[in-house]
Amino acid sequence: MISQFAIVLFDGFAFGMLLFVLSVGLSVTMGLMNFINLAHGAFGMLGGYVAVTLMRQMGMPFLAALPCAFFAAALLSIVLERTLFRRLYRAGELNQVLFTIGSVFVAAAVATYVFGTVQQVIPMPSWLRGSVEVLGLRLNVYRIFIIAVALAVTALLVFGLERTRLGAQVRAAVDNQRVAQGLGMDVERIFAVTFALGSGLAGLGGALAVEIVGLDPSFGFHYLVYVLIVVAVGGLGSVTGSFVGAALLGIGDVAGKYFMPEVGSFLIYLIMVAILFVKPLGLFGKR
Amino acid sequence: MFKKTALAALGLGLALSTSAYAQETIKVGLILPYSGPFADAANQLEAGVNLYVAKHGDTVAGKKIEFIRKDTGGPNPDVAKRLAQELVVRDGVDIIAGFALTPEALGAADVATEAKKMMVVMNAATSVVTEKSPYIVRTSVTIPQVNYVFGKWVAEKGGVKQAYTLVADYGPGLDAEKSFAKGFTEAGGTIVGADKTPVANPDFSAFVQRVADAKPEAVYIFIPGGAQPAAMGKALADRGLTPPNVKLFGQGELTHPEALESMGDTANGIITTFHYTLERDDPMNKEFVDGYHAANNGRSPDLFSIGGYDGMHLIYETLKKTNGDASGDALVEAAKGMAWQSPRGPMSIDPETRDVVQTVYIREVQKVGDKLQNVIIDQIADVKDPNHGAAQ
Repeated sequence: MISQFAIVLFDGFAFGMLLFVLSVGLSVTMGLMNFINLAHGAFGMLGGYVAVTLMRQMGMPFLAALPCAFFAAALLSIVLERTLFRRLYRAGELNQVLFTIGSVFVAAAVATYVFGTVQQVIPMPSWLRGSVEVLGLRLNVYRIFIIAVALAVTALLVFGLERTRLGAQVRAAVDNQRVAQGLGMDVERIFAVTFALGSGLAGLGGALAVEIVGLDPSFGFHYLVYVLIVVAVGGLGSVTGSFVGAALLGIGDVAGKYFMPEVGSFLIYLIMVAILFVKPLGLFGKR
Repeated sequence: MFKKTALAALGLGLALSTSAYAQETIKVGLILPYSGPFADAANQLEAGVNLYVAKHGDTVAGKKIEFIRKDTGGPNPDVAKRLAQELVVRDGVDIIAGFALTPEALGAADVATEAKKMMVVMNAATSVVTEKSPYIVRTSVTIPQVNYVFGKWVAEKGGVKQAYTLVADYGPGLDAEKSFAKGFTEAGGTIVGADKTPVANPDFSAFVQRVADAKPEAVYIFIPGGAQPAAMGKALADRGLTPPNVKLFGQGELTHPEALESMGDTANGIITTFHYTLERDDPMNKEFVDGYHAANNGRSPDLFSIGGYDGMHLIYETLKKTNGDASGDALVEAAKGMAWQSPRGPMSIDPETRDVVQTVYIREVQKVGDKLQNVIIDQIADVKDPNHGAAQ
């Protein structure tokens, strides 16, 4: 019984960590820039396609394809931010929602045109396949890898926001944009960098997700719900919040399905409603 | 002035061409989910249709076949119904066809009855579909058709006494579970546990863990094609639930080529039931597969492709039989009892139910050369859907 519980906990946590990498970027951009970017999942899809194409067409190893997925999504997001999204920073929320969800449709159509509707297969290296036995539990190697990547991302983000100059600037710009600008900070540039970073993380998450959940042109829609739940439960703009929210969601999802398979898939929504009932701003939301 | 003359000339030309060709064209309306989550099914089905037309020309019984394509955008019965009405009333189609999804076929069934048009169902695989209109003819498969005999086979020839079922929680999954369990228990087997997974399920680990806890002798699985088979295969492998430790059974989608590639060697030994097998050694199938590869960038045909291909065969052959009379009654009458050799093997249309009768193949995943593929290990000829007439 204990070992089953541990397995469920492990699988759920790994799934949660995948959601964390996919969604933390959205939480940061939404919290810091008040910009509702529903196209976030589309950047994840781009990362997935970049990784699959590089590995299949050019034989690039998986570990090299991951950073490429990050940079491809980040680069494209800079282009789009400079040309399209920045016009909407001062627009109403409805405009932002409509524009970004519209761009997900565009992204899905482009992906269909370029890659077709077929499910993409990512050729995993043999060292990430199969499972290992740890303390009598069979753990999937790839899930261990996802947890490691997610923990590294968390550490880098927390360190970056708390300890670096850019992190301090980001926090200042968020707390009071006008004063930060008055002090000579280039707030626009800070936002652009933040946006690129968030989208890049989505790209990384997308590349990591292919092996677990597959990849086709509807990816951008499919994971939008999960990503938004993580952001809502965790609270806007909080890395810790996203981490806790994603872990809760992942574990709640897997445990619910395991212990109560009939209602298990609804459990995460119940958890979300319960948490938002008590804390409407999410677990770590400030405003 | 010039503009006016040109317009008039254009109008005249159009009027001439419609009157000149009115007798010569047969319009086929294709209703499919070209966009949305089932876009891949629609694409594959459409490719099967196109391959048939490319191979046999677009003229049959002296008439030109013309297609009008309509996108439902998802599982969308209301839209399918509206599109069927538009096709009949506005575009004046003679035959409606396509229908990848059961709800959409059910949505359009009434239109076929009222308009008296033949409706060729090229995929939708629930038993009830053909009972909804006397104008429906099906060229794909029904889920009970392949799974009922499979349940029997698993108990009798597979030598399995106890099985756990794990199916996707929607119409087709429930159908599959029911018909497999019926065949299996009738032949003396026992179902030791049954779980249902949500249709849009990104992660199977919890369900597979439940199966692992029960330590069953065999597991029967039904999940939609696409991304899920590979995810399911990996989740099973992580818990050591692979042959020969546990016998794995399922419907053909579970081991489609992309899924096998993604699962790797752990898929070895999975046994599935299906009506179409890509690797079946047969000259007609080889020609079909080669032609399909050439026309679709090396992509392999699947159950949707063969349903579309044979659906077009039915349309062509019935038109030949009626000498180009495209009225629904004549075509459906011609379709009843029609039998032919398809790339899938011998098949026919049941004169009573207008449903497909065909060989069911039992296949095992084996390594052939360095590639995993579905190898036919047994076949059951002339299988009908077991549910038709069961209600009476």
